[in-house]
Amino acid sequence: MKKLYISLIFLFLYAPIFTLIVLSFNASKTRAKWGGFTLKWYFSLFENEAILQALWNTLLLAALSALIATVIGLVACIAMQSMKKKTRALILGIANIPMLNAEIVTGISFMLLFISLGVTFGFGTILLAHITFNIPYVILSIQPRMKQLNTSTYEAALDLGANSLQAFFRIVFPDILPGILSGFLMAFTMSLDDFIITHFTKGPGVDTLSTKIYTEVRKGIKPEMYSLSTLIFAAVFILMLLVNYTPRKKEK
Amino acid sequence: MAKTLVNLEKISKSYDGHLVLDELDLTIHENEFVTLLGPSGCGKTTTLRILGGFERPDKGRVVFDGMDITNLPANKRNLNTVFQKYALFPHMSVAENIAFGLKIKNKPKSYIDDKIKYALKLVNLDGYEDRRPNSLSGGQQQRIAIARAIVNEPRLLLLDEPLGALDLKLRQDMQYELIRLKNELGITFIYVTHDQEEALTMSDTIVVMNQGYIQQIGTPESIYNEPENAFVADFIGDSNILGGTMIHDRLVEILGARFDCVDEGFGENKPVDVVIRPEDVKLVVPGEGLIEGVVSHLIFKGVHYEMEVQAGGFEWLVQSTHMRPVGTKVSINVEPSNIQIMNKPASEDEEAVPLEV
Ligand SMILES: Nc1ncnc2c1ncn2[C@@H]1O[C@H](COP(=O)(O)OP(=O)(O)OP(=O)(O)O)[C@@H](O)[C@H]1O
Ligand SMILES: [Mg+2]
Repeated sequence: MKKLYISLIFLFLYAPIFTLIVLSFNASKTRAKWGGFTLKWYFSLFENEAILQALWNTLLLAALSALIATVIGLVACIAMQSMKKKTRALILGIANIPMLNAEIVTGISFMLLFISLGVTFGFGTILLAHITFNIPYVILSIQPRMKQLNTSTYEAALDLGANSLQAFFRIVFPDILPGILSGFLMAFTMSLDDFIITHFTKGPGVDTLSTKIYTEVRKGIKPEMYSLSTLIFAAVFILMLLVNYTPRKKEK
Repeated sequence: MAKTLVNLEKISKSYDGHLVLDELDLTIHENEFVTLLGPSGCGKTTTLRILGGFERPDKGRVVFDGMDITNLPANKRNLNTVFQKYALFPHMSVAENIAFGLKIKNKPKSYIDDKIKYALKLVNLDGYEDRRPNSLSGGQQQRIAIARAIVNEPRLLLLDEPLGALDLKLRQDMQYELIRLKNELGITFIYVTHDQEEALTMSDTIVVMNQGYIQQIGTPESIYNEPENAFVADFIGDSNILGGTMIHDRLVEILGARFDCVDEGFGENKPVDVVIRPEDVKLVVPGEGLIEGVVSHLIFKGVHYEMEVQAGGFEWLVQSTHMRPVGTKVSINVEPSNIQIMNKPASEDEEAVPLEV
């Protein structure tokens, strides 16, 4: 009974994705009938210059924004560590609110902000937006690790002659590394995954995979888009597995 | 007298307007085993953290070997700390933990290896090089923490309740180990505890603290036998503390009876506090002592019997190897030399406070 219930849930959750994946291997160009298994959509995908450019943009954006957000988030967590409990809780609360905000609101706000500042839209504006919305996720994964951290190990390192940089990198950093990694991967995934905020902050001629799919699909659905979407899904899926796996590895 | 190693000069420290240390003065000599003893929250850890360089005093100076180190950062001080919760580095092996300080100082590898071997032998844990700290028992972790500190050959070792988390038997073993280590290494120890027995067993000098003030500094014997005030008397072991009046030199009135004593110089008809240790109260046949009373309570304690005696409106705590059943009429007598006279506390802070230790 329990198993049936869980299977049903999974069926509902994954049916749309599953359809997409199946169609991406469909040799027939129409959605209506199964024309046999093929990989040709995947091949033609990789011959498409515009899509390759979008892929490159997406990866670069994800890597850069995740990296920068991780550094900023880490520094924020270190700073919060020496604050009083109340101040820390307040700052955490403020940092978490943007995560709950509707993406469309965030996207439009970014657009308005950039317009009012007179910034030219392009890769830079997307990057800024992605860094910003990634920071809370990074803080969320590093902060709990940091809180568990035994502050006396840091002091013990100082006591043994290490300066504060050495104490941080040799003692504190290895201890919170799982949190940092999972924060980075989470941010990477969020950035990879994002459509709405990118849509509102991108300039003409700059596309990520998701905005590329959107424009293509509006012109008429091509099977290449199925395979592209399948690839994005697979990438995000694997990343999420990694995110959930990293912190556990070190805990025992 | 040995050379002075550390001088705390008028150290004051407060947190959020709450005064934790008030003009504390303390001198520590080379090779001394000094224990800071006092109830929870009296400022022991704070004193140690100021010595270790983890806190700055608001006022006062810390002088180490003739040099003012008040503002010297922790990593530049020639002393090491053994932390209350060990603070071993969890992602490093035992050997890496011990080597940490030496690696930071860029010592050659062969020197470090020798030191690790030597330190592990010293704390009776040879062969534990590759273990992880969290695979060790509390007592073993404690010894690794000590090994990690002493390989740096500090002049001074600070220990903050290092045995606090261990069970009684292990504590007693470790107490002897620590004394042995101290004698072998010739390092000065400053040891924090709120366990008076531990302090009496291990120390050369005990510093009794309460609410940021030093109450008394002395050898274990002098602290036990000649407490300077009611707080110290109460904190160090069981005792009978009574209000009394110093009639004149060598005569004190307690509960209406006049006792001969050996103290002088308290003035005439001055109110004082009187301490009488339970083992010093002599129970004699009614009429032969100075205060008449009745045994109201009796417990067998192994070495001796512990009794409570109602006499003169006071509940006396008495220890004796001679048992007297509850209800026995007795009379109380005390040898003059066993009566310890103390001035009444000058300030409220020195008043004996109820303790839960
Ligand atoms: N970082 C801090 N911030 C605020 N108050 C503090 C801080 N550290 C210590 N205190 C306060 O200072 C007082 C003395 O603390 P301290 O840790 O020195 O006591 P202690 O004698 O070591 O007690 P214990 O035996 O419980 O360890 C306490 O009232 C404590 O609450
Ligand atoms: Mg303490």
